[in-house]
Amino acid sequence: MMNVKNLIKKYDGKTVVDSVSFDIPKGKVTSLIGPNGAGKSTVMGVISRLISRDGGEVTFQDQDISRWKSKELAKRLAILTQTNNIQMKLTVRELVTFGRFPYSGGRNTKEDEEIIDQALAYMELEDIQDQFIDELSGGQRQRAYIAMVIAQDTEYVLLDEPTNNLDIYHASNMMKIVRRLCDELGKTVILVLHEINYAAFYSDYICAFKDGKICKFGTVEEVMTKENLSEIYKVDFEIMEIEGRPLSIYY
Amino acid sequence: MHQLGGIIIKKYGITIILAVVLIVLSVWSLFIGVLDVNLSGILHGDMEQLEIFLISRLPRLLAILCTGVGMSVAGLIMQQLCMNKFVSPTTGATISSAQFGILLALLFMPKSTLWGRALFAFVFAIAGTWIFVWFIQRIQFKDAVMVPLVGIMFGNVITGVTNYFAYKYEMSQALSTWLVGHFSMVLRGRYELVYLVVPLVIIAFLFANHFNIVGMGKDFSKNLGVHYNAVLFMGLSIAAAITASVVVVVGSISYIGLIVPNLVAMFKGDKIRGTLVDTALFGSIFVLVCDMIGRAVIAPYELPIELIIGIVGSIVFIGMLLYRLNHGRKAIRLGGAGNSPCASAISTVKGEDGK
Repeated sequence: MMNVKNLIKKYDGKTVVDSVSFDIPKGKVTSLIGPNGAGKSTVMGVISRLISRDGGEVTFQDQDISRWKSKELAKRLAILTQTNNIQMKLTVRELVTFGRFPYSGGRNTKEDEEIIDQALAYMELEDIQDQFIDELSGGQRQRAYIAMVIAQDTEYVLLDEPTNNLDIYHASNMMKIVRRLCDELGKTVILVLHEINYAAFYSDYICAFKDGKICKFGTVEEVMTKENLSEIYKVDFEIMEIEGRPLSIYY
Repeated sequence: MHQLGGIIIKKYGITIILAVVLIVLSVWSLFIGVLDVNLSGILHGDMEQLEIFLISRLPRLLAILCTGVGMSVAGLIMQQLCMNKFVSPTTGATISSAQFGILLALLFMPKSTLWGRALFAFVFAIAGTWIFVWFIQRIQFKDAVMVPLVGIMFGNVITGVTNYFAYKYEMSQALSTWLVGHFSMVLRGRYELVYLVVPLVIIAFLFANHFNIVGMGKDFSKNLGVHYNAVLFMGLSIAAAITASVVVVVGSISYIGLIVPNLVAMFKGDKIRGTLVDTALFGSIFVLVCDMIGRAVIAPYELPIELIIGIVGSIVFIGMLLYRLNHGRKAIRLGGAGNSPCASAISTVKGEDGK
């Protein structure tokens, strides 16, 4: 379980996250959306212990996130950001192997190797497992990172803008992978997304931020209304239903 | 069985070749010099030859090996931790800080032993490297080349201060021993400190995976439960300590830490566990060959190794730069194609500033 209560974060005296409270639904995909500077990425950073907070509580499995040992938390919660050094000449397999680091400390057992094999197979990376990640396309590299997260074998997976810099084909593939992480592997997935239609189509819950506060939080159907979206983004919206899902059109 | 042999050769082929070359060159180097030493003389118990062998030739070889291993591994660690291929003990102000430490030791403790000076060199090399890294982390550079440039400038400022004090207190003569690296003063009893490189390199090998993870970035490290700052500081301290122990014994040896890790990474990638041994072997070969050239060119006199390494190193380095600029970053792996120029590692690390 993960609960956030009255979370506050300031940068240089300016409050960017202002008493945010919400409970993250277990076993579901939750998307954090909102305009630039709304605080969604900061909230993601704080609940994954990457960013320190200035107030409030983040409780993960009945214990405050700051009291967790970093290594123990790494076995339960994985966070993937877009700030990794992509110039590193590591092979895909070497990268995925790092996912076992919290368990093995670098000395992999046979079981670790099996989990790495499974993660590579799940992401269909077996053929390119010996290629260097700096030679892959953006979509392949992103899949390699996801495979690492799968090898990390955590209940919770946090993804910060996983579709960033991907074209439409790779971005929608990435969202299908997110869905599979939840449906097939039973993980709780939380993502920060810019593209609201991906959030609407592939997630269960949407948490919309505006000016450092939660503006709307609920199921996709509850949040994806004309009025709500107009209020959040200050742009006119139309909602259409496609495959039983509300999709937005904005202009 | 045959297949297994094939796998071993494929995986460790380069390592085996490097090791064999190093052993051959090492043995050969033992019999190069002004005084005649040969195998039959030693085996027949010629005491004079045996003495030269034990007092001068063998220590020299061991010092060369430690220097090659140490400087290249220090460079490898620094490049990984700073996420920049152009950072090294030379371009990261480590060597000049160590020299400054030695000068202070000479000034304030004129009677200090080698170990006393080493302590000063250690402290200053570590502090100088930390300051440099703290500085480049504060200022996010758009261009990867800026980082070593800042390091070179910072190093030159420290060298300037060192020279000023050296002139003022008439120490420049004494200090020159540590400014230009050479092995001619390596004799039994005054070089053993360089053995410190061995345990430090072993520690580096044990923490190789930690260094790799930290080299992937701060968020990446935290996600895997690795303490970014602790590993960063430990790694930099190890690299600085290795550098300091080399500088105290043989003086400044530039380029090794810059060129060797880069050349090895072209073939073997950046996984430290996989490249550390090759980097160490290749570094030793590089220094040994340069030393043999220095001894052969104007025999029976010899040129300081720093001079030879400076010439060979700068040629290799320019070649490396041109190769990267012409073929792009991706072409570093032979046969691969790419078009983006040697782009910034630091700027990609910076990432998007999502609030």
